[in-house]
Amino acid sequence: MTAGTTAEAGVTAGTTLQGVGVGRGAVVGPVARVSSVPKPPADEKPPTDKDAAKSSVSAAFAAVATGLRERAAESSGTLSTVLSATALMAEDKALIKDILKRIDGGEPTLTAVDRSVEGFCDMFKSLGDYLAERVTDLRSVRGRVLARLMGQAEPEMPDLSVPSVIVAEDLAPADTAALDLAKVLAVVTELGGPTSHTAIIAGQHGIPCVVRVTGVMALEDGQQVAVDAAAGTIELDPSEATKQLFTDRSELLKSLEENTAPGATSDGHPVQLLANIGQVEDAKRAAKRANEGVGLFRTEVLFLDSKEAPPREGQAATYAEVLRAFEGRKVVVRTLDAGADKPLAFATQPDEENPALGVRGYRLGRITPSLMETQLGALADAQEATGIYPWVMAPMIATKAEAQAFADQARAVGIKTVGVMIEIPSAAVRAEQIVEVVDFVSIGTNDLAQYTMAADRLRGELADLLNPWQPAVLELVARVAAAGTRSGTPVGVCGESAADPLMALVLAGFGVSSLSMSPAAVATARYMLSKHTMDWCRALAAAALEADSADDARAAVVSRIDQKVRQLLAL
Amino acid sequence: MPTRTVAIGSSVGLHARPASLFTQAVAATGLDVTIAKSGQPAMDASSILMVMALGAGHGEEVTLEADGDGADAALDSLVELLARDLDAE
Repeated sequence: MTAGTTAEAGVTAGTTLQGVGVGRGAVVGPVARVSSVPKPPADEKPPTDKDAAKSSVSAAFAAVATGLRERAAESSGTLSTVLSATALMAEDKALIKDILKRIDGGEPTLTAVDRSVEGFCDMFKSLGDYLAERVTDLRSVRGRVLARLMGQAEPEMPDLSVPSVIVAEDLAPADTAALDLAKVLAVVTELGGPTSHTAIIAGQHGIPCVVRVTGVMALEDGQQVAVDAAAGTIELDPSEATKQLFTDRSELLKSLEENTAPGATSDGHPVQLLANIGQVEDAKRAAKRANEGVGLFRTEVLFLDSKEAPPREGQAATYAEVLRAFEGRKVVVRTLDAGADKPLAFATQPDEENPALGVRGYRLGRITPSLMETQLGALADAQEATGIYPWVMAPMIATKAEAQAFADQARAVGIKTVGVMIEIPSAAVRAEQIVEVVDFVSIGTNDLAQYTMAADRLRGELADLLNPWQPAVLELVARVAAAGTRSGTPVGVCGESAADPLMALVLAGFGVSSLSMSPAAVATARYMLSKHTMDWCRALAAAALEADSADDARAAVVSRIDQKVRQLLAL
Repeated sequence: MPTRTVAIGSSVGLHARPASLFTQAVAATGLDVTIAKSGQPAMDASSILMVMALGAGHGEEVTLEADGDGADAALDSLVELLARDLDAE
């Protein structure tokens, strides 16, 4: 947790704060602040009376638990459940015991609370994504306990009498659940990440959200702000011109959804626009929207939370359902990509020190070959049953030999179009050789960035290194696209960068033939491509490649695109 | 000391709601109950944080241990609870 930027006066009209935006919405409204979370002072001294300190800590936790329980009793549904679970954390024996032990050991009281909670948070974080929400819950308990120990009021959700922009350091699920979302115009937080619970909930409700905005806690209640999720900016006391522009943007965003044409540049070069899906329900929803099919069907979702691999029959039925949902549109299936941050009970190697570099994705076949055999068999059954032929690709391919082996295995069971993911730098470097043995490749930009930059995807502090605009990452993507263009092999991109409308132009300019993204992002990418010629895209791609940094690359593209489009999309 | 081993019945594994139901049931027994995954150290089963940190997924086996009056009966009821799909209820 970074040290809080405390409320210093001096945030004035016209100032713009920068954060990381989630979604593309833009809105103007008054600020409603969630009071900031107290922090232990850096120079805190150990208590002179340890017993008194210990009983005040126990009492503070008990009071917080009681408060949460009372609120749980007054509420219903999810909110009540979330609050009860948070109350349980506030009276957790293991946590309190650890804090008391730290005080006995000579730690200052508030510091002991802070460190102990952070220790549990670290333990949760090491277990992967699924406990991430519990980390925010636990920190929210810590904030309440620290406030009580420091004689302050517990941080509470503001009462929303008018639709407002919620401004907070961070929002725990318990906090978000307590908000009347109908009155929330936007959510802005100082901490958190684009994949945090708050950001996801905001996304689901179409609420613009900007996270990691340094200095945002200095805003005052009632102050007018213009929140731009597309640009990740907060403009204070915005001008009439900004308000008008935001209205125009809302109208454009609505009109984008009505365009259902296939993806193409303004001079008619096709660039397929595809959806990323994970489950049958996703597939059915995505199939109803305007896209040209699926560029990434993440099959591991079917395997999560299972003790054993699902049997061939069950898998085949699911695949058939997805193929039918898209009625003959292209569907690219990725074989099991478990391991690292997506552990599976039956396939994960328990003693891996470096799971991201370990036995994951295609490499699982070294230990459990039956997984791939069963999955390919099920895909073959599904195409037999439906008469629809999926494209099938393997993740985490490092060498041409692996690509060849996978292609042979898939073709042997009757898969007609076989590809591999390019997400390991070695595969990108040898793309020209790899495209000789497969029918298509798809670049996973998230993992390609992680492995090229040696930066863990789950570490928020390293977000700048993981930026897909990093010159080294762009160069590898360009290399793969060029290899595909030369050999006539389709090259797709299915990482999050495909959803960045600026990057979509650069990728098209490199020669990427399909972009796969979350279904909601397709409309903006389609609009963006339709406003630029292929030559224009190539010039943008060249400009991006010349830049020395990720920021410069993006800036070079921003300054060269159609400026009307730039204004309307707030790029 | 009485012990029981059971596979987690909840489809989401032993966290969130199932973990809170379980730890509350443990606390209600008034006994010191521990929970462990095979080959790993035993944790205080009444601590929701420890139980969630266990990271026991659906179908994974955990071993409960308790001592004292009524330990056998208490463990039987806890095992019955863990075997159910608490999240679906």
